Formats: sequence, C-alpha cells, structure tokens
Amino acid sequence: MKTVYEKSPGLTDVPMHYCPGCTHGIIHKLVAESLAELGVLGRTVAVAPVGCAVFAYDYFNCDAQEAAHGRAPAVATGIKRVHPDNIVFTYQGDGDLASIGMAEIVHAAMRGENITVVFVNNAIYGMTGGQMAPTTLVGQPTTTSPLGRNRLGQGAPLRICEMLATIDATAYIARVSVHSIPRLNVAKRAIKKAFQLQVENKGFSLVEVLSTCPTNWGLSPVDSLRWVEQNMIPAYPLGVYKDIEGGT
Amino acid sequence: MARKLMKGNEAIAAAAINAGCRHFFGYPITPQNEIPEYMSRELPKVGGVYLQAESEVAAINMVYGAAGAGARVLTSSSSPGISLMQEGISYIAGAELPCVLVNIMRAGPGLGGVQPAQADYFQATRGGGHGDYHVVVLAPANLQEAADLTQLAFDLADKYRNPVMVLADGMIGQLMEPVELSPYHPAAGLPPKDWATTGTAQSGGRRRIINSLYLYPDQLEQHIRAIFAKYAEIERTEVRYELHQCDDAEVVIVAYGTTSRIARSAIEKCRRLGLRVGLLRPITLYPFPFAAFPPVIERAKMFLVVEMSMGQMLDDVKIAVAGRKPISFYGRTGGIVPTPEEVVKQVQALLGGPGA
Repeated sequence: MKTVYEKSPGLTDVPMHYCPGCTHGIIHKLVAESLAELGVLGRTVAVAPVGCAVFAYDYFNCDAQEAAHGRAPAVATGIKRVHPDNIVFTYQGDGDLASIGMAEIVHAAMRGENITVVFVNNAIYGMTGGQMAPTTLVGQPTTTSPLGRNRLGQGAPLRICEMLATIDATAYIARVSVHSIPRLNVAKRAIKKAFQLQVENKGFSLVEVLSTCPTNWGLSPVDSLRWVEQNMIPAYPLGVYKDIEGGT
Repeated sequence: MARKLMKGNEAIAAAAINAGCRHFFGYPITPQNEIPEYMSRELPKVGGVYLQAESEVAAINMVYGAAGAGARVLTSSSSPGISLMQEGISYIAGAELPCVLVNIMRAGPGLGGVQPAQADYFQATRGGGHGDYHVVVLAPANLQEAADLTQLAFDLADKYRNPVMVLADGMIGQLMEPVELSPYHPAAGLPPKDWATTGTAQSGGRRRIINSLYLYPDQLEQHIRAIFAKYAEIERTEVRYELHQCDDAEVVIVAYGTTSRIARSAIEKCRRLGLRVGLLRPITLYPFPFAAFPPVIERAKMFLVVEMSMGQMLDDVKIAVAGRKPISFYGRTGGIVPTPEEVVKQVQALLGGPGA
C-alpha cells in the first residue's frame, strides 16, 4: 500500500484539545513539519505560552518549557543563551504576545535573539472565554467590549509585524494566513524559512499567523475562515515585512 | 587564591563564578549594581553569558529558561526588583528548577530609599509569590560568609531543585572586607540534570518538559506534597545558625546579617559593663533555626530581637520561644542602621540600668 499522507513526526499522538474549526491544529502541523523537514526536531526546544496553546508542550514532539503569560521570549532567550545549538521557538497567542508580553517580544527582537516566534493572532482572548484583545478589530464585539471595540478609549488593532519590522536586529518578519489551501502553503514556506534562518544563526524571526476562533466569534468553522479573509486580512495585510535575505 | 579586599557585591559575584555559574540575567538597581557590572566584565572571560534584561520580570524568566536548560544561573536585584520577580520565582519553584537569587535589600515600601534595610524578610521566607512554596534563604553577616553562602546556594539549589536566595542588605553589598575564594568543589552526590531541556537527541528520544501547570487538583496536590517533602528534608538537614556567648547570657539578642554585626559590637560593650548578653544568629532564615532555641530558652531570662525593619523575623522568634520567655524588639527602618550604643541602651533598659 502506498502512503499518500501521514502525521508529521514533529507531532505526538496526544489528542489535541482545540475547539472544532480552530486553526491552532493546522498551525501546529506546519510548525511540526518544518522542524522535521529541517532535521532539527531532536535539538529543538519549544516554549509554550499561556492561552489556548498552553498545552503545546504535549503536542510538539520535542523538549519544551511552559512559560508564564507573555514571558515566552524571555524564557526562550534563557534557553538559547545556554545552548545556542538548540533550535528554540515560542508559540504565542495575541493576548500573550501583543498585550502582557509586549516588552519581552520587543526586546527579544531588539537583541536580535536567535529564536523563532510563531505568533497566532485570532483577534480575541480564546482560553479565558472571548475577551477583547489588543488585536480585536474595531467594532468587533467581545465579552468585554459587548457593544463592539470602540476606537476611542479601547483603541484599534495593534499591528505587530509592522512594528517589529522597524527594529534593526530582526531577520525575518512575515504575516500569513491559513484560511485557504494556497494561503496555507504560503504559511508553511514562511514558517520553514523562519526556522531555516535560525539554523543559519541569522537572528530573530517571527511569523504571525491569522487564525480563527469559531467558539468565541460565534461563527461556524467555515464562516470563521471567511471572516478571516473578509475582516482580518484588511486590518492585517499579509506579506513579508522584513527579510534580511531580501526576499518577499 | 589569596585573601583579597573586595566589595560585598563583588565578592558575591566572584563566588558565583567560582561555583561554576556561567549565566547571569539581571536589570540595574541600586545598591547591587556591582554584581551585574562584575558579571558583564568577568563572565565572558570564562565563556559565560551576561545579559542585561529589559526588566526584572524578563530577567527572572530568562533565569527560568536557562535553569530549565540545565545551567547554573544567577540573578541579583534589590527589594523593588525582587518584588517584580516574584511571579517568576513562583514558577521556578513550581517547576522545580535550581537557581540562585541575590537580594541586596534596600528600604521600602514602594520606591522607598536606597539605604540598607531588612524589611523583605516576610517576602523572602514566606514564599513571596503566589502558591505553596518556599525559597531557601541564606543570610550572610560578613563578606567571607557572603562568598561561602553564595557557593553553597548553588549546591543547595541543584540538590533540591529549588530557588535559593542570598538575602543581604545594602550594607553587606557595599562594605569592603578581605575575602578568600578557595578552589570550589561541588557538593558530593548532586543529582544529574537529566530533566533539562537540551533536545531529545540527547535523551534517547525521551521528551523533557519544564512545567508548573497541573489542571487536575489531585495531581497538583500530589505535586505540592512532593515539593513539601523536600522542604521537610531541608528543614531537617540544612538549618544553619551561630550561637555567640549564649552560655551565661541573661539577654539573648536574635539578629541576622548586618544587625547581627551591630549586636556583636553591642555585646562586647555590654560585657565590659558586666551585662551578660549573647547572640543567636540565624544564618538560614528559611529554614529558620527553631531547633537552636530550646537550650537557649532554658538559660536566658529574655530575648531581644534587633532588625532593620518594623519587626518581621520577630514573628519567627515568637514561634520559637512560644511564650516561655519575654521577647522585646528594637528596630530601625527606612534605611537607618542602628548603632551598637542604641542596642546597649535597649539591653540596659531591659536589665534595669548600667551594670545591672
């Protein structure tokens, strides 16, 4: 029998806890495949966040450390500085990275820390039940912005890639989406490239992945994918914001 | 190495490197800046890493990552900075990682002042952050002891997989004394760090996870009970203290760190006046030397606790003495260091006048 598809060796056999239609599972797969294809799984250390992906340490088939909320880039820094030959990555949501962990992500980027950050942006706090995030769209209702996020007083989406791309020491900053197969393929190439640059000691790399939250958005999985395309991408344009190798 | 005149902060830093510490993460704050400055100068010479973090919050989480990766790692700060680190210290204790923390205490609360104080005793000995845990706390009274205890701290941290704090104050950090760093040998029988995240290629494929999350209460209770079994062993075997002229003492002063030095000078003056005064000096603040008290309680008429705070160790002395003898307290705070004369006056008042 010919094998046409198999689970990546970068993932464990632990059943994932993610909600139906959530794209965390797809993003985990892309990360796992990238690490396996680069042949670095055995020297990789993952840093899990606080948020929906808190159990990421159960799913990636490598060593892992679970960080406090927002502190994953600092924890990753500690690991990388002890064993520079390890491939170290953080997997963080938008509350973790763009709110409570803003100082840690900006300064890891500023130092050109040779780590890879997978930043999953679904415009809401998922695990705690759908509260407003710094990435929530203007007008988007959440449990703590029930009338929709108000630009005056609650602000407008924080665009992490655009911000970090202004920092000199970053190597690679890209925003991708997984709402369609073509986009998923682009996302895979970006994630793999980010890890490749770390392998080559090129410095800080971050891939922001636009993701869904059907449960807290109150949409079906299919409608959620459509919502990413129609509402999130206009607020968060896809593309490569920084590439020290000059590619786009 | 020959005896060398050193500043307290430098003695601590030099001792850490001598004990094999090769990673330091920290953030500047007075009065401990000589520690990061020394580390930034000396660690690269021995192949180590000094990293100035963006905050104490980041620094302690870098310590978490480095400790989880198997390094002997140090951070240092002073009171407000240590407050900022408490979240991370709780995670480190919860994940059972070894690391050494140095708190060169200054006066609080709030921004407080930069002069010496001992007002972080509660924070240090009661856990400091959220949840059920302890940090082992070592309190040096002179610079040789500061160096020796710093080295011991790394061994204790590795032995018990728990954070160990060297708790000193701005006086110890800033004064100069001769220090001798002997060739260091790690304590015998330290467990291998086979739990460290170095990649599964190093472990025959076994995944190593550093974590403090246990969503099922029965599992978390079991985890905490296992940690407290370590604390029970620490309380049995790691208690350190010094008794000075307690054999015939009517008044026993209880003091640690800087105030124990002042008490020692006061005792000399008292003895010249014919007043029988002794000193019980806790060296480990957690575990507190409760076991040192019973024989002293038998002989002493009373206790005098002296602290640079409004009375924090006082609570532990009350527990230790358990109402069997009277306890008085003398504290200066806000950055004021009491003089030996002030302490002598307290003793005279307790015993009823000079030469009583």
